[in-house]
Amino acid sequence: MEKDLTHTLQNPDTVIWKEVLRDCLPITAGVIPFGLTCGIMGSSAGFSTFEITFMSMAVFAGAAQFMSIAMISSGITSWGAIVFTTFLINLRHLLMGASLSPYLLKLSRPLQYILAFGMVDESYALTINRIEKKGYDLYYQLGVSAFLYITWVSSTFLGASFYRNIPNPLEWGIDFALPATFLVLLMPRLADRTALIVCLVSALCAISGALFLPGKWYIIFAAVAATITGGILERGSKDES
Amino acid sequence: MNLKLIFIIIGMALATFLTRIGSQVVFARTGMPVWLEKWLKHVPTAFLTALIVPALLMPRGYLDISFGNSYLLAGIVAAFTAYKTKNVLVTIVVGMGIVIALNRLMI
Repeated sequence: MEKDLTHTLQNPDTVIWKEVLRDCLPITAGVIPFGLTCGIMGSSAGFSTFEITFMSMAVFAGAAQFMSIAMISSGITSWGAIVFTTFLINLRHLLMGASLSPYLLKLSRPLQYILAFGMVDESYALTINRIEKKGYDLYYQLGVSAFLYITWVSSTFLGASFYRNIPNPLEWGIDFALPATFLVLLMPRLADRTALIVCLVSALCAISGALFLPGKWYIIFAAVAATITGGILERGSKDES
Repeated sequence: MNLKLIFIIIGMALATFLTRIGSQVVFARTGMPVWLEKWLKHVPTAFLTALIVPALLMPRGYLDISFGNSYLLAGIVAAFTAYKTKNVLVTIVVGMGIVIALNRLMI
């Protein structure tokens, strides 16, 4: 089923859009506050509305954007440090891409690039869910990606614009939206002993790193230490079985 | 417009795209090595924890484990809410409500 870009975009499947909308709307409720917060945090870190909106349009990766905003506002403005951190944070996409590869590799190159650009945690989760239920559908993944992209960019823009009307966003507790969103993503992951140990190691390293390392480097320290711990534990459990 | 910032954003966009297309380029024919898959599996848990814990335990830059730390109290409630509902909106509303309420009480 070799499909080329022009053919795909000229023949939209109208039926699938209802399914896309139905699946995307609940997730939008989680993405909009995230995007608003991104716009507000970018503005409070000194980004112009254009700059923070451009970041959402070009990067389209929530956690990495928040991290870069935090790094820049804490004084780390080195190109290499921020780009490398972005790369580390987004390494998980390699795995997501690998699991979708059997379906993506049947498509034309331009389509693969477009779908890769739009592959975020939420669109990946919805697409995998669709595959398990009804099989892979190109229009479904395109639709979900486009919907989430438009939501992310416009909510970032609104947050950055709205920011000027809020005297002090921190008094609203808006900075709590970030850990709260991450908690929803984290809690279901803590389902087994290994995950709990990884979480504990990361927490201890993050706190000690935050106390003794400059800027936001504790995040890389904690993530690398905890990931290695998890890898060693996995290897140990494989040897036992 | 800050040109340095624009270059940082373009770099971030390239790095992000690289991670999203990388698997299809590298592992297309060979498949993902099992050992790498096992190691990468824990990256999200490790990162999420590293993002959350200092935000809750040291909101003002120093370690604050006390009832005076509204972020810690709200974080504990939000963790339970997140676990029970798995709903971002509900968790944000509950957590932010507690932070705002506690901050009002303490002022």
